[in-house]
Amino acid sequence: MPDPQGHRDFEQTVLPHLDAAYNLARWLTRNDQDAEDVVQEACLRALKFYSGFQGGDGRAWLLAIVRNTGYTWLQKHRVREQALPLEETHDLIPDGGCGPEELALRSVDKEILRQAVEALPIENREVIVLRELEGLSYKEIATIADLPIGTVMSRLARGRQRLQRDLAARMNEEV
Amino acid sequence: MDGELDLAHSLEVEDHLRTCASCAHAYRSLQGLRSALQTDTLYYRAPAGLEARLRAALPQPGRTQRARPILAWRSLALAAALAIVFLLGWGLARLRPASPMGETLAQAVVAAHVRSLLAAQPVDIVSSNHHQVKPWFNGKLDFAPPVTDLADSGFPLVGGRLDYLDGRRVAALVYKHGRHVINLFVWPDPNAPDRASRMTAEQGYHLISGTRAGMDYWIISDMDPGELQQFANRVESSL
Repeated sequence: MPDPQGHRDFEQTVLPHLDAAYNLARWLTRNDQDAEDVVQEACLRALKFYSGFQGGDGRAWLLAIVRNTGYTWLQKHRVREQALPLEETHDLIPDGGCGPEELALRSVDKEILRQAVEALPIENREVIVLRELEGLSYKEIATIADLPIGTVMSRLARGRQRLQRDLAARMNEEV
Repeated sequence: MDGELDLAHSLEVEDHLRTCASCAHAYRSLQGLRSALQTDTLYYRAPAGLEARLRAALPQPGRTQRARPILAWRSLALAAALAIVFLLGWGLARLRPASPMGETLAQAVVAAHVRSLLAAQPVDIVSSNHHQVKPWFNGKLDFAPPVTDLADSGFPLVGGRLDYLDGRRVAALVYKHGRHVINLFVWPDPNAPDRASRMTAEQGYHLISGTRAGMDYWIISDMDPGELQQFANRVESSL
């Protein structure tokens, strides 16, 4: 498609958000090489669909494509997540017994934190990454992940809860 | 906590947290978790060379599209390795400190930011209206800085002042986000190509810098990196 100016516009819209694209792909696939493959494919798709881009937030637009590409890639390449049992948690207030460990999360070992996030089911992991690492709003996350806002909120809350419990457990193991 | 509640509900929640110990405890724990998550160490930046590989693999205008882009990319990686090493070397050379005293630009930005916070107020023109702030720079600078109000994204403009960086007068635009002060330094670099925004850390601050539409910009604040990146994206798209 001979369109040098459009091609340059595309690069300027997309390439500044390469880090965000790679970060999301890396957390979805949990593997460096796979993340690069996903980013590569997402950029090709983005180029193909660029004429449909209305302007506005290039990062959110690109991340939606990366997210879709990532999910498709994961389906195609066998990755079947271990289905962790969904805990039935009825409220978000932790029971009294976990006090100091939770507050000490600020100094938790980074590797343990990374493993805990990686261990989250993908639907919770992606909203945690988009909210906490990319600083996106509920609405932006809902658009990128193609979910109702209520689902974004509940997956985020579940993700945070699971992380707290998981981290408390891992830190207790260390003692 | 996510800045998503409207004012009335926010106030209700704050009231409740003042009186309910278990909720306040839960809130603090969650804040602790979020601070831990929002540091740089969990953020995966694109590996060196990915951008170059992507540019090489994207179909160039006029050429026919490759049938299996991913395979082609992998075989290009080896060929591009030498080019990448060269580019990295050139890129690193550009980061040499500009000042003869050995102070890097990042250090100068931090110093300017801190000085602005020590002063009685960080701005000389106090206005959230960019129609007032932008013309204030006329006659004080040899360029017209791009000024936008980003209040609808949560970053209201506080005002502007002059500052001095990299051996020249620059525009300093001050924004706020909650209780965080943000300094955005802007100056022209007319022949410079666009450079994607990069986040660095300096003396405990997070900084984001880049080049867009012939303007160099540096952003500094004590906000968390996620929010800083949000601000930077808004700024970048307004340039």
